[in-house]
Amino acid sequence: MENTYLIKTEKLVKVYPMGQQSLVALDGIDLAFTEGEFAGLVGPSGSGKTTLLNIIGSLDVPTSGSAMTMGKKIEELSHQEAAELRNKHIGFIFQTFNLLPVYNVFENVEFPLLLLEYTASERKRAVMESLERVHLQDRWKSKPSQLSGGQSQRVAIARAIVKKPAIVLADEPTANLDAENSHNVLRIMENLNRDLGTTFLFSTHDEKVIGYLRRKISLIDGKAAKDEKITDALKGSN
Amino acid sequence: MIKFILKGIFRDRSRSLFPIIVVIGGVMLSVVLYSWMKGFEKDIVRANANFRSGHLIIMSKAYSGNSDQMPNDLAYIGCSDLIGDLNNEHPGIIWQPRIRFAGLIDVPDENGETMSQGPIVGLGADLISPSTIEPDVLNLNGAIVSGGLPLKAGEMLITDELAQRLNIKPGQTATIITTTMYGSLTTFNMVVCGTIRFGIAAMDRGLVIADIGDIRRGLDMNDAAGEIVGFFSNGSYLAERAESVAESFNMDNSGSGDDFAPVMYTLLEHSGLAATLKMYKSVSGVLISIFITAMSIVLWNAGLLGSIRRYGEFGIRLAIGESQGHLYRFLIAESTLIGLFGTIIGTAFGLLFSLYLQEVGINISSMLKNASIVISDVLRAQITPTSYIIGFVPGLAATLLGSSISGIGIYRRQTSQLTKEFEA
Ligand SMILES: Nc1ncnc2c1ncn2[C@@H]1O[C@H](COP(=O)(O)OP(=O)(O)OP(=O)(O)O)[C@@H](O)[C@H]1O
Ligand SMILES: [Mg+2]
Repeated sequence: MENTYLIKTEKLVKVYPMGQQSLVALDGIDLAFTEGEFAGLVGPSGSGKTTLLNIIGSLDVPTSGSAMTMGKKIEELSHQEAAELRNKHIGFIFQTFNLLPVYNVFENVEFPLLLLEYTASERKRAVMESLERVHLQDRWKSKPSQLSGGQSQRVAIARAIVKKPAIVLADEPTANLDAENSHNVLRIMENLNRDLGTTFLFSTHDEKVIGYLRRKISLIDGKAAKDEKITDALKGSN
Repeated sequence: MIKFILKGIFRDRSRSLFPIIVVIGGVMLSVVLYSWMKGFEKDIVRANANFRSGHLIIMSKAYSGNSDQMPNDLAYIGCSDLIGDLNNEHPGIIWQPRIRFAGLIDVPDENGETMSQGPIVGLGADLISPSTIEPDVLNLNGAIVSGGLPLKAGEMLITDELAQRLNIKPGQTATIITTTMYGSLTTFNMVVCGTIRFGIAAMDRGLVIADIGDIRRGLDMNDAAGEIVGFFSNGSYLAERAESVAESFNMDNSGSGDDFAPVMYTLLEHSGLAATLKMYKSVSGVLISIFITAMSIVLWNAGLLGSIRRYGEFGIRLAIGESQGHLYRFLIAESTLIGLFGTIIGTAFGLLFSLYLQEVGINISSMLKNASIVISDVLRAQITPTSYIIGFVPGLAATLLGSSISGIGIYRRQTSQLTKEFEA
């Protein structure tokens, strides 16, 4: 049944006009993801990873074919509906940490809840719980400029999961982190996936990230070349 | 959400400082300009009321047709009865007879030969009866340069400029040469008791002021007056009240068809100020719109620059799930708050400066040396209730206009583009 998929794409094509020519960034992607997956799009630079995440996350629209997220056809959504879908169901984590610099840690994590019109006490509880999950409950007053890269990315994770979204889309979340911080952040995300059942979809070419994935989709030139399940047995040998 | 916006404004100075400064400056200028125009307006109204038209003025119908020429042969006769009636009917208004005339002043030497002579405009007003308000209305105490006010019959004030030209000092006697009400030449002697300066160039040139009793005797105008002026006892002009008083007075006196029947005019009618004030209103309207436009353009550009710097922020927020409409409204709310702060601060500064202008004023007499216009030589402002709110028009309109234009960029851009810009 289609509804058991949180994400499903069918013959998904994205073409960017490039002057006279055009550039095919995604070339017929058929993929589906269910609840609780910890999956990654892996591939060389320019293979279309970010483009695919953006379409799934309703930041962009397909040129043809279809993308369905949480039962909504992305290509049919208005700006308003797309924003609502992101607001309610999707958390984004980016390569650069993208915290709002004028606001402190607490306020950054709080922002999605303001949009969802949580009450002040609901916000406080959810924000502190979220910060605890990324081990930053003591830094809630800090400004983004006072945090290390790893801490910043953990705040971004806390912000992505504070509303308990069904899906977290993480575009090269470790690209700006050293090895220790990368593992730190990945372990946190693994825990969240286990504890909350949140579906994680990564885009990466970082071997460290790949080591944590339970499903690895290889993108090459806008096509899904390989789609592999990685069992725990295999991971253990890593 | 408002709290969230406020935190953003206060913590990110580059977001708010420049727009706030622009708004403060523009609002301050608007408030000062408005108050100054009001002060100027009040000055003009007061000068015209006190020296020319009163708040209300009564003349004979015939006199009123040519009042500029001071045709005393057409003056109203029977002032005391008329004033008695008026006092009964309108207790809140004080009525004063005045006579204006043109003539010559002649200063003799020890032998009685003419030493110097000059043209004058004369004003006869009640200066010495105990209950008179005329010395206050004409601001004679403030205008005295040397000598003092007339205390008894036979004394007159002349402007300091005229005294210097004629080389005459208080205590000396001069002869007034003019015509009586009945057209015959007349001369009478008066003692100069003091010299005056009003700071109104057109009046300072050659004015002579004496008690109306002396003038009536000199011009053979027993119980007659060219004009009877009325002043509201609270001192300020009440347009609606004046109109209704004049209307009912004219209704009561229109029956006779007599050329010497009295006619009453309001200050605005008689002085022609109505048109001036109307022009004033439109000029201030135009000035305010120029301010709004100029400030909007500046703020719009500031908004555009700010948005370019903030594309990263916008991208994150859109990714988090804020809709473009919400973000747009957020920016407008943000600039409205900035506009509000700027307006409040700008209004406060503007009022302070206006208060200074109102209480102290700026003397521009050196710039008016040769002017012949009837304006006072101290720039003054008048703070009215509108002074407190006038700044909100340019302050808020400009920020709203500026941000609503610059914020449109949010809609123009692809969401995915915005998120990409902060990755670069
Ligand atoms: N807005 C755009 N206009 C034109 N071309 C674009 C645009 N966005 C992406 N592309 C192109 O589409 C292709 C896929 O880009 P995409 O960003 O999805 O790659 P990626 O796999 O995320 O690469 P990387 O690993 O470098 O992040 C690239 O060739 C890129 O140049
Ligand atoms: Mg990418």
